Amino acid sequence: MNFIRKFYYGDIPEDKAGGNIVSSSSKTDWPLWEVFIRSKQGLDHKHAGSLHAADAQMAIENARDVYTRRMEGVSIWVVESKYIHASSPDEAASLYEPANDKVYRHPTFYDLPDEVNHM
Amino acid sequence: MTNYLIDYTLHLADNALILGQRNAEWCGHGPVLEQDIAITNISLDLVGQARNFYQYAAELIHQSVDKSTHPATEDSLAYLRTEREFKNCLLVEQPNTDWAQTILRQFFFSNYQFLLYQELQKNNDTQLAAIAEKSLKEVTYHLRWSSEWVIRLGDGTAESHQRMLQAIDELWRYTGEIFTAADYEEEAGVDPSLFQPQWLNKVKEVFDEATLPVPEKTFMQSGGKTGTHTEHLGFILTELQYIQRAYPDSQW
Repeated sequence: MNFIRKFYYGDIPEDKAGGNIVSSSSKTDWPLWEVFIRSKQGLDHKHAGSLHAADAQMAIENARDVYTRRMEGVSIWVVESKYIHASSPDEAASLYEPANDKVYRHPTFYDLPDEVNHM
Repeated sequence: MTNYLIDYTLHLADNALILGQRNAEWCGHGPVLEQDIAITNISLDLVGQARNFYQYAAELIHQSVDKSTHPATEDSLAYLRTEREFKNCLLVEQPNTDWAQTILRQFFFSNYQFLLYQELQKNNDTQLAAIAEKSLKEVTYHLRWSSEWVIRLGDGTAESHQRMLQAIDELWRYTGEIFTAADYEEEAGVDPSLFQPQWLNKVKEVFDEATLPVPEKTFMQSGGKTGTHTEHLGFILTELQYIQRAYPDSQW
């Protein structure tokens, strides 16, 4: 006969609570998601962090609970981390340094005629 | 004159406090970090609702009794009443067994609270209506979150399905009491039996998607609303009230 086991505060055994054992296997089962939060209307979504979730719905709810508890956001995007492609740090020199000596790409490089207002 | 209103407000407060305390037991024990935070967020929402109701109840008591008696406060109502004085329904005091049972208890209760607060928003008592309106947004999320977990576990693995079945078996008997109005509920103009069909529809909808059976009509436990509780409430109050009982009026 399967009696109900009672647990009180601070007394939930690890096998029931899903402590170390379960969480280590669920970490391998549940994919990692990257979370982007928009802090208010009109601003961009910014990367806030990452978390584990079984599906997109759960990822959004987890993000809501983990990253917006203190009114940090009005909108959440989540994407599975495996779909993020990153540039390689080894290629930094060829990718970014060529821009160093090209000041004419900044709008402030150009002198504006006095007639142009509101720039 | 306002006794029924005091009792009703205490009933609402006790429901929220006791379930909040039960969920708080998961703090540091959740199945994963993210869910640990989710369940304790819900716990804090419920404790917040309880505070609003207790503050209002204290005000009502203050108006109705002799001013020379020790004044009631939100703290005295939560920490210094005995088991028989608590009016929460039996569902919320049931001890945690596993995650599935915690989820199902939350789903049953949030489903009820969602319908109740919609009704209570229209109540003649403007203070109760205001608390209900404020809390409804939180409860809407609790219902969404717990519904999705019922579906996820019910329609998950063989083991999670089995655990949901066991949770249903354990908790269904406490769902009837919620919809049987106590005297103070009738007096307060809120008859929960009116929205029982909507509650059941939601259960059917979610259980269908979760591939879980809705139980047949069965014997329902009752008594919590009038102070006759299961053995578990005494233990949870012992835990909850310990500091205040051991060190009266202590501050920190």
